[in-house]
Amino acid sequence: MSDAGAAASGLWRDAARRLWAERAPRAALALIAAVTLLALLGPAASPWDYDSLDWRHLAQPPGFTAAHWFGTDRLGRDLFVRTLHGVRLSLLISALASALSVGIGLAWGMLAGFAGGRTEEWMMRGVDVLYSLPYLFIVIILSTVVGRGSVAVLLIAIGAVGWLTTARIVHGQTRALKRRAFIEAARAMGLPTAAILLRHIVPNLAGTVAVYATLTVPQMILFESFLSFLGLGVQEPHASLGNLINAGAQEMESAPWMLLVPAAFLVALLVCLNLLGDGLRDALDPREH
Amino acid sequence: MPSTRASTEVRPAAAAEAVLELAALGVTFTTAAGTIRAAHDVTLAVARGECLAVVGESGAGKSQVFLAVMGLLAANGAVSGSARFCGTELLGLGAAALDRVRGFRIGMVFQDPMTSLTPHLTVGEQVAEVMVRHLRLARAAARSRTLALLERVQLTDPARRMHQYPHELSGGMRQRVMIAIALACEPQLLIADEPTTALDVTVQAQILALLADLKRERAMALVLITHDLGAVAGVADRVAVMRAGSVIESGVVAAVLKSPRDPYTRQLVEAAARAPPEAPAPAAARDAVLRLRDVSVEFAVGRGWLKSRARLRALSGVTLELGAGEALGVVGESGGGKSTLARAVLALLEPCAGEVVWMGRNLLALPPRALRALRGELQMVFQDPLGSLDPRMTVAEIVGEPLSVHRRGLDPEARTAAIATMLSRVELGAELSGRYPHQLSGGQCQRVGIARAMILEPRLLVCDEPLSALDGPTQGEILALLASLRRESGVSVLFVSHNLGVVRRLCERVLVLYLGRMMELARAERLYASSRHPYTRELLEAVPVADPAVQPGRLGRARPGEPPSPLAPPSGCVYRTRCPHALELCAERLPAWEITAGEGGGADRVACHRWRELFFPHED
Repeated sequence: MSDAGAAASGLWRDAARRLWAERAPRAALALIAAVTLLALLGPAASPWDYDSLDWRHLAQPPGFTAAHWFGTDRLGRDLFVRTLHGVRLSLLISALASALSVGIGLAWGMLAGFAGGRTEEWMMRGVDVLYSLPYLFIVIILSTVVGRGSVAVLLIAIGAVGWLTTARIVHGQTRALKRRAFIEAARAMGLPTAAILLRHIVPNLAGTVAVYATLTVPQMILFESFLSFLGLGVQEPHASLGNLINAGAQEMESAPWMLLVPAAFLVALLVCLNLLGDGLRDALDPREH
Repeated sequence: MPSTRASTEVRPAAAAEAVLELAALGVTFTTAAGTIRAAHDVTLAVARGECLAVVGESGAGKSQVFLAVMGLLAANGAVSGSARFCGTELLGLGAAALDRVRGFRIGMVFQDPMTSLTPHLTVGEQVAEVMVRHLRLARAAARSRTLALLERVQLTDPARRMHQYPHELSGGMRQRVMIAIALACEPQLLIADEPTTALDVTVQAQILALLADLKRERAMALVLITHDLGAVAGVADRVAVMRAGSVIESGVVAAVLKSPRDPYTRQLVEAAARAPPEAPAPAAARDAVLRLRDVSVEFAVGRGWLKSRARLRALSGVTLELGAGEALGVVGESGGGKSTLARAVLALLEPCAGEVVWMGRNLLALPPRALRALRGELQMVFQDPLGSLDPRMTVAEIVGEPLSVHRRGLDPEARTAAIATMLSRVELGAELSGRYPHQLSGGQCQRVGIARAMILEPRLLVCDEPLSALDGPTQGEILALLASLRRESGVSVLFVSHNLGVVRRLCERVLVLYLGRMMELARAERLYASSRHPYTRELLEAVPVADPAVQPGRLGRARPGEPPSPLAPPSGCVYRTRCPHALELCAERLPAWEITAGEGGGADRVACHRWRELFFPHED
C-alpha cells in the first residue's frame, strides 16, 4: 500500500507541530531526552561500575568524596552509576513492553471491533479468558522455565498482561467509530478494508492509544519493580529503579538518599510521561485547536 | 381552499397585554479570541394568545436571545438590556427565583427531542416530575394528569406510551412528549426552538398544527424560533427577522411575507417561495444505466441466545430503471426504506435480495474486488455533512482520497490541480483546503462531501437526504449546486429526501416509498399535478408553503398518525391503516403495481386498489 499512510501524514505532521507549540509537553520531552542521554552516557563519566564495591565508603551521603556524587549504599556501591543503570534498564523494559502490549492490543482490538459478528465474539471472549488467569502464576512458570531475571521473560510477561486492557479500550473505540458515517463514506468510495483501518480507524484511535501508551510506560516501570521485589524481576547486582527503591526503602531512616535518589528519577519520569501523554492527545485531535 | 383564519386574528402587540417584552437586549460571549456579540439591541414583544416567529439562519443569534432570557447562557455569556415577563424583570434574577419561572410559567421545547429527554426515565415519569415539582401534585394525581396531557398532544396510545423510554418512541412522538412537559404547568409563554427541524415533513406539519391549536385553546403566548418560513406562515401572527444578532425587520406575518422591506428578508422569502422546477431534460428514449429488479432487504433485529431474531423487512420488491443523466427522487417518511434503497443501489448492504444491474452487471453478485473498482463510477453524498467527513483529515485530503483509490498513477501536481479544480467547482475557496471539517459550516461540509463524490466524475450520484441537516437558505444553495453539477457532468442522480418540495426542483421522476414498498412512481410534473396515490397526496399536503393565506388551512388538514412498525406491517396494502379511503379489499390483497401512463421502464405506476376511482387533481 504505497500511499496508505499518505492521507494520514498530514495529521501526524500537524500533530508534531501542535505538540511542539505547547510548553508542557515540550518541556517533558526535553527532560525525558535528557534523562535518557544521562542514563546512556552518565556511567562512563564516573570512575565506578554498577557492581564495584568501595569498602572505604559504606553508606556515604551524596557529595564529592571519592566521586560518589549521589552517595553509596551499604555495600559501598556507587549510587550515581547504579541509579542511571537502573533508569536504563527500567526504560528499556518498560518501553519495549509498552510497545509490545500496545501493538498487540491495537491490532487485536481493532480487528475484533471492525470484524464484528462471531469473529468479534470469539476474539473478545479470548481476552476475557486471559484476563481471568492469574498473571503472576504465568510469570512464575515462565521464569522457572526460562530462568530467573531474564529480561526477555520480563518483557513477555509484562507485555502479555498489558495488551489485554489496550485491546478492550481499542475494541470499544473501534466499534463506535465503525458506525460513523465517514467509515461508510470510505466503503462507498471503494476503499478496501485494510486501507479503511489504516487511513480512517487508526488515526482516529491515535489520540486514545497515545495517551494510553504513555500511561502504560509508568505502569510497566512499577510492575517491573513489583516483580523485582518478588525476586522475579531484575536481579542483584543489576539494578532497576524498582529494586533500587525497594532497597532504599529498607534504609530509609539511616540512609534516606538511597531511597530519594532513585525515587526522584522515577517521579520525574512519570510526571514527564503523563504530561507528554496529555499533550499527545490534544495534538492528535484537530478539534482541540 | 384558502383560509384566512390566522391572519384575521392578528392584534398589534401594544394593544394586548404583553407577556414577554425584550428591550435593547444584548448578548455577548467572551472567548480567548476576544468578545463576540451574539445579539444586540433586540426589542421584541409577544402578547397573550399571540405567536411570534423569530426567523433567521443559524448563527443569527435567535436562540441565544431566548436562552439569555431564560438564564441558560453558557458560562462565558453575558446579557444586557431588559427582559420583562408579565411585568417582572427576568435578567439578573437569582437561580431560585428563575426556577419558579422556568418550566413553570415559561415552557420550552427544543430542536432535538432525543437529547432533551432523560434516557433512563419513562416519558410518563418525566412529564409527571414537572407537575410534582412545580405544582406540588401527589404522584397519583400527577400520573392521571400526565395521561390527559399525553392525550392532548395526540400521542397515539398514551396509556402504553407513558411507560416507555424515550428511545422507544419516534422523533415525532418524543417531540409531542416534550410539548406535554412544557405544557404541564399551563405556562403563559411557550418558547419553541426549531421544534420541527429534526422531523419528517408530515410530522412537522402535525407538530405545527398542534402548537397552533394549543396556542388558540389556551390563549398562550408562543415564541417560535425557526428558519422555516413555511412554519411561520402556518402558525405565527407576527414575525421578527434576525440577522447577525439584530432584528432587521418585524411585523404582521402576512405583510412581511407579502412585501418584505429589507433586502435580506426578500431573499429569504424568495428562497422559500416555490421555485419553478428546473427544466427537466426530455425523459424519452434514454438508455437505462441502472435496473433494479425485485430488490428486497431484510435485517435481523434483536439478539439473544435462544430467542429467534425478528426479521425487519426494510425494503420489499423494488423494481425500477434509471436512465443515463436522469434524476430520480425517492421520497417517504422515516422508516420508509429510502436510505435502505440508496445503500442497496450501491451494494453497501449485506442482506440484499434481487438484482441491482449497473451497465449490465449485477452489483450484488460481483466479487468484492470488481465491485470496489466499480465504485469510482458510483458515488454517494450523505445526510450528515460533518459526520461523513473524517475529523482527522483536512479538506484537501478528504476531497483527494477517491483519487488515491481509483487513480493511483496520478502524479502529485495533477492530483493537487484536480483537487483545486474540484473545490472551485463546488464554490469553496482554496484557503479552506487546509482546514479540518469541524472548522467549516454545515453547508461547507456538504460541499466538501459533494466534491469528494464528484471528483472522479461518477456516472451515478446517490444523495441520501443531503439537505435535511442544513438550514433554509443553505438548502437552496446546495440544491442549486447539485443541479448545476448535474447539468455539467450528465451524471444520473438518485435523490433521497423526505421533502417532496425539494425533490421537485431537481428530479424528473419521483418514487414514493412507504414501509419499504413502492406506492407510486411518476414523472414529476404528473405527480405534482395529479398524484394517483393517497399517500403521495398526504406528503404533498405536508410540504410547507410560505404563504399565510394558505398554510394555516393546510396545517389544519394535517392528519395525526405515523407509520406502523415495519416489524409488523399491516396486511394487504401497507398504507391502509392511515389511508382515508381504505376498504376491506385493501386489508386483504396487496395492490398490483399498475401502469397509469406511459410504457416500459419509464412508465408511471401506482400501487393502489382504488386509483381509478380516486383521481386526485392536486389543489394548490
